[in-house]
Amino acid sequence: MEGEGRGYLLRVLDTVVIGGGPAGLAAAIKSCEYGLSTLLIEVNDRLGGIPLQCIHPGFGIHYFKEDLTGTEFIERLIRRFMDLGINYLLRAYVRDIVIKSHDLKVVKVISPKGTYELLTRTVIYAAGARERHIHEIGVVGDRPAGIYTAGEVQAMMDIYGLLPGREAVIIGSGDVGLIVARRLALEGVKVVAVIELMPWPGGLTRNVIQCLRDFNIPLLLSHVVTKVHGRKRVEGVTVARVGNDLRPIEGSEEFIRCDTVIIAAGLVPNTDLLERIGVLIDPRTRGPVVNELLETTIPGIFVAGNALVINDLVDNVVEQGELAALGARVFIENDGIPTTEWVRVKCGSNVRLVVPQLVSGERDVKLYLRVLKPLTNARVRIGGVGVVSYVPKAMPAEMTVINLRRGSLPKELKELVVEVVSE
Amino acid sequence: MSSVRRIKVTCIICPIGCEITVTIKDGEVISVEGAKCLRGRKYAITEVREPKRVVISVIKCVGGDPPTVSVKTSGPVPKDRIWDVMRLLARTEVKAPVEVGDVIIKDVLGLGVDIVATRSCRKS
Repeated sequence: MEGEGRGYLLRVLDTVVIGGGPAGLAAAIKSCEYGLSTLLIEVNDRLGGIPLQCIHPGFGIHYFKEDLTGTEFIERLIRRFMDLGINYLLRAYVRDIVIKSHDLKVVKVISPKGTYELLTRTVIYAAGARERHIHEIGVVGDRPAGIYTAGEVQAMMDIYGLLPGREAVIIGSGDVGLIVARRLALEGVKVVAVIELMPWPGGLTRNVIQCLRDFNIPLLLSHVVTKVHGRKRVEGVTVARVGNDLRPIEGSEEFIRCDTVIIAAGLVPNTDLLERIGVLIDPRTRGPVVNELLETTIPGIFVAGNALVINDLVDNVVEQGELAALGARVFIENDGIPTTEWVRVKCGSNVRLVVPQLVSGERDVKLYLRVLKPLTNARVRIGGVGVVSYVPKAMPAEMTVINLRRGSLPKELKELVVEVVSE
Repeated sequence: MSSVRRIKVTCIICPIGCEITVTIKDGEVISVEGAKCLRGRKYAITEVREPKRVVISVIKCVGGDPPTVSVKTSGPVPKDRIWDVMRLLARTEVKAPVEVGDVIIKDVLGLGVDIVATRSCRKS
């Protein structure tokens, strides 16, 4: 019920959820089930977020116990949200959050219906991520028409039914790049090559098989696009091999003809608003530093989904949304999170990032971590605790999730160093 | 004379991506090694006999918001029929509104699977 009643303008809400994608919807559903008065704010003209343009399967195997497409998954989640009659605003943009006191925030919103100042005790920030663009990956040269991000291509093809071009080069072999390569090939676009900087593919093996090998699309590992050529429209790219230092090797340059360049160089959490209000950001995740209830360094402001850390499974995103809702509930019931001593979680050997960054040992916690390099028969070891998990195949493309049981931390521990090692 | 062939298959069922070796003797599968689960074993056998994939695409939705409906085959189809399915989908149109789960084409090309809508589409 969009904007119905407007009761939320007059009283203090328990929680305002920012973002109507999987993390925000899951957070709002859970908050509502906990009995918290909840309002969700979405910037687009419909609920759903990015899964609306994900027509491929692989969603919801854990959450719905079924292999769904992104679109099917999100429609189910939207239905749950609607069935609960949760209030929401569409085409609404949050321009500021003002911290009035420990227990009261003002969320300032602009929408075509007017401007609102919402009073709330907690905020769950689930604004997702943005794509890295061509200016961030060191590609010089011309800037003609025909350069897109992978997400833009998905929206063009799978929402609006438009092809981006005829011959494409894709930069980046993460799952998004691979999935877009398959969609292009299926629709008759020639994918000339997928270019990957690292010596291994960025995405899951199964996507390399079913998206590239099935369609005979070349994957150039340890390669980089150094330059784009073209006057009005892209005419080609210069590609070079890279050495161990990941710098282009002189003399290895090669021209590849194409009319479209697609950037699939990863995602960055959307944290502009949070940074502006003073939330501490972790340089590793590029998302906020959070405790085990996903509370940021500002009390009562929680974060979930790709705004927290870039996930590869929507199931993890939904789980984080639900956990943030639990955080909001604990905050409201106790007038703040009732933990005084936090243990800092740190990245050890072969760990690129870990979330949450602060744990207490008072609750069961899931640690989400990503490795730097692929490792088979890996063990996750925590300093002072021991080996906590065995991972047959630890891959950078795949988040490693470990469960830390309540009470498993030694009392005197001041920091937790997590490492992923062989042996 | 008997011929023994060993075919390596990378499983695409789950993110682990097992490397599976299927051994074929005189056209019969005699062993499957390396699969960590039964689904993977089944996949590997199908993959060497008759590889299949689920096809995903979008079709035009006349008078719809958005102007397309995303679709999938309700089950995997033989790999060498993917292009036939895609050519048919390129010509297929539906009228808004469409509900997720609606069957767009029943028993597509006699392959025993349906074309199903995977996204709703309201009237624009």
